[in-house]
Amino acid sequence: MLPQFDLKDPQLESRVYGTRTIIAVGLVMILLGVILMRYYTLQVTEYEIYRTQSERNRVQLQPLPPRRGLIYDRNGVLLADNRPSYMLSIMRERVPDLEATLVDLQAILPVSDGDIETFRKKLYRTRPYEPVPLRFRLTEEERARLAVNRFRLPGVVVEAQLLRHYPHGELFSHALGYVGRINEQEAQELDETDYRGTFHVGKVGIEKYYEDILHGHVGYQNVESNAHGRVLRVLERIAPERGRDLTLSLDYNIQLAAFEALGDRRGAVVAIDPRTGGLLALVSTPGFDTNLFVNGISSSEYSALRDSLDVPLFNRAIQGTYPPGSTIKPFMAMAGLLSGLVNPQSTVRDPGWYSLPGDSRKYRDWILRVTGTGHAYSVNMKMAIAESCDVYFYDLARRLTIDRMHDYLLPFGFGERTGIDTTNERTGVLPSTQWKRAAMAQSWYPGETISAGIGQGYMLASPLQLAVATSVMASRGQRRVPRLVMAVDGEPLPAPQLAPLEAPPEYWDAVFDGMREVVHGQRGTAKALAKGILYEMAGKTGTAQVIGIAQNSVYNEAQVAERHRHHGLFIAFAPIEAPTIAVGIIVENGGGSSAASPIARAVIDTWLATEPVAPVAPVAAMEPG
Amino acid sequence: MGDYVRQLPHHGSRDMARRPSAVMRFHIDVPLLLLLLVLGVFGLLVLYSASGQSLEAVYRQGSYLLLAFTIMIVAAQIRLQQYASWAPWLYVVGVLTLIAVLLVGVGAKGAQRWLEVGGFRFQPAEIMKLAVPLAVSWFLAGRVLPPRFFAVIGAVILLAVPAGLIVVQPDLGTSLLIAASGLFVLFMAGIGWRYIFGAAVLAAASAWPVWLYGLKEYQKQRILTMFNPESDKLGSGWNIIQSKTAIGSGGWEGKGWMQSTQSRLDFLPESHTDFIIAVLAEEHGLRGIILLMSIYLLIVLRGFWIGAHAQTSFGRMMAGSLTLTFFVYIFVNMGMVAGLLPVVGVPLPLVSAGGTALVTLFAGFGVLMAISTEPPKAST
Repeated sequence: MLPQFDLKDPQLESRVYGTRTIIAVGLVMILLGVILMRYYTLQVTEYEIYRTQSERNRVQLQPLPPRRGLIYDRNGVLLADNRPSYMLSIMRERVPDLEATLVDLQAILPVSDGDIETFRKKLYRTRPYEPVPLRFRLTEEERARLAVNRFRLPGVVVEAQLLRHYPHGELFSHALGYVGRINEQEAQELDETDYRGTFHVGKVGIEKYYEDILHGHVGYQNVESNAHGRVLRVLERIAPERGRDLTLSLDYNIQLAAFEALGDRRGAVVAIDPRTGGLLALVSTPGFDTNLFVNGISSSEYSALRDSLDVPLFNRAIQGTYPPGSTIKPFMAMAGLLSGLVNPQSTVRDPGWYSLPGDSRKYRDWILRVTGTGHAYSVNMKMAIAESCDVYFYDLARRLTIDRMHDYLLPFGFGERTGIDTTNERTGVLPSTQWKRAAMAQSWYPGETISAGIGQGYMLASPLQLAVATSVMASRGQRRVPRLVMAVDGEPLPAPQLAPLEAPPEYWDAVFDGMREVVHGQRGTAKALAKGILYEMAGKTGTAQVIGIAQNSVYNEAQVAERHRHHGLFIAFAPIEAPTIAVGIIVENGGGSSAASPIARAVIDTWLATEPVAPVAPVAAMEPG
Repeated sequence: MGDYVRQLPHHGSRDMARRPSAVMRFHIDVPLLLLLLVLGVFGLLVLYSASGQSLEAVYRQGSYLLLAFTIMIVAAQIRLQQYASWAPWLYVVGVLTLIAVLLVGVGAKGAQRWLEVGGFRFQPAEIMKLAVPLAVSWFLAGRVLPPRFFAVIGAVILLAVPAGLIVVQPDLGTSLLIAASGLFVLFMAGIGWRYIFGAAVLAAASAWPVWLYGLKEYQKQRILTMFNPESDKLGSGWNIIQSKTAIGSGGWEGKGWMQSTQSRLDFLPESHTDFIIAVLAEEHGLRGIILLMSIYLLIVLRGFWIGAHAQTSFGRMMAGSLTLTFFVYIFVNMGMVAGLLPVVGVPLPLVSAGGTALVTLFAGFGVLMAISTEPPKAST
């Protein structure tokens, strides 16, 4: 303790000050040392970390999405293109308050809760500093409003992108399919790198089947951007590789002819060029405007489509399977010939009905209801096809048995996928004893063979399968996988060929004869089509029952509700001497084949009028059947 | 001034008298002046880059510097006794203006810090940065040193009143700096260690209640952010993350003058004011930091040297306090930018852009020069 002097002691003061100065200098040195250590840690020890972070701050890798391949018809008519569209994106890292920004944006332009939900989901899967889309297809006015408010919305980006557009909407809806926004599941399956910056993917149809070709490959650019996300300059650029363009074998005019011929009825038309396997038309009505799906269809629009009784989203041409009815008969005839059970001359007695030995049940011929008797005393193959004689084929079916029937019909493409280059194809049903055991765990009854002989019962085929089978017939056994796409970027993409169906020429001639008679014969079931025709057409009518008709009752079209009427079917090819087109047609609840056959005429007329390759020689005289 | 020459022991000897007299006459401390000039030029170079190569910003800061140097020279001419006699009056005026600020002050962002007189705005707290150490030094200089209990109490009241007035503005940072400048005087006066330890214990004990009741939410946030800037990357953590990135990415050599991407691309906020050292660190690396710290250290050492050679205890205490306060600026700024200390609005002396702080600082250096060139007492 210092003595309590009241006098100042300069010596002591000076000494104390000296000590305190030394202490202070020591403190200063220690603290400066601490600071220096801190800077040393940041700048030397952790240099790499911060250098990387600074680089990442400065340089952003921006994906450059590729342009999706265009789709043309065979004549170069544009069926799917890309149009510039503006979208609103948010860069999370640059937004001070995301919630407030979202509320602000909602005040500026309509942003639905669905948009925000999708946005939030996407937010978690996005790399830092990558804009996440919130709204697509901004209008001119919305863009202007955003531009005005831009200064108070940091991190909000308006970007131009190319968006899929289908100029013909409904006409090609089922032929092309459509693209839509990538959903969560797709995001997991798609290549993450290649789809950076791409927000749409093929969902259905060609758009999905050829996704890899149409998409192309993503490019990148390294850009230097400031803290507000504004790009200052591009440092490095790897251009994207555009998606390749598809040329379809579809013909706009034929598609249109089929579409218009179907009118407002529900149905499907498939036309194939038997020489190449290329599809000329693929129509299912009603269709829908595929453009609706590109940007996320509104739920009300979607439920309207989904809940419609006409099921417009259902692609009848490839997903719809129907009993082929009498259209199976030419193929049955071929089976008979190949099995050796019949020849073109052999006949069957036709009283108008048929019954199995030892069974009282009568299998009626459709003619019985009309004339009260059979087609003729005895019926040969040509007549059986031309007049669609059921008894002839009941007998053939019984003798053939269901399993051999299965084996002979299989090469025509029934009962399995045709392998067409689009999605959602159905197999249909080509029954056999094995099939029934597997599918229904039941054994086969002989009576079922009888109805199978005229395409009723378990058998189901899509319009595409009918067209493919007709094409195999028209090309005398040439089997090709049907193809919608003819060329990729101008490079031809030939349809894969399958082992042909070998048969002697006279067999083909015999069936062709019968099918010609259907159209050109005096008693042909589609003889109305021959009026004014300039070429020879081979065809076969068919009717598929929608409701079971009791043993002795008579089907009365007028009394049956519209949706319970029979489906009308028709298959055809032309010209007979060198077929260039084969069609399969169904008109749901058309009442009968007469609803379907004129459509074939319209489609084939259009094709032969424009088809430049095959010379259309007017048929002067026709041999009456 | 004339007094000084007359009192020289070798009055009349031209050889001995002439050289010191040239600078002594103008009361210039040459080492300090040179160091400040070097630092000022260095600061302008950094600012040129940090402001995005704005010559305008450099001219503005240059004119502030010119003004500041002028004020320093003028302040150096005033005799120390004069300061001592002005100290109580300056202090009283300062406290009154602080009260006026609370009543009629203007401000921004919820804080009232400015007083507007005839279209001229000034911050009374700046006056206190000089007035408090002057007043405390004056108060203690007249008493027995090391200070006794009542002297300590009196000194603490002297510094607590303005500190309290500033804390309610609210401006915690400035308030702490001003309190510190007063406490430094006490420390240099040789206050007993029991006071120092007692204060330390008291501070530690009151830390938790102060955290709970004393600090505002944004102040707590700043402190939390310092410990974990990643917790709020885009909010309060942004500044620290970006400044650490800027510093760290400079490495040893730096990216080169005007090559700071963090600042040029606007990632670094306040890059030409409080966070300017991050730009320096990014562009000139650890080498630049060491150079800057060396200059600062030399200035601090020169300050202590001046204090140690002062003629009066008033001068000693003032010199010590001014030097330590100057060091606190450096420490707090460099520490906060590097994420060691919470973010408070403390500029980096002579480098950060801004005029007000510079003027106060140089007025302090002026006082320091006055102490340095104080004539020895006529009688011992």
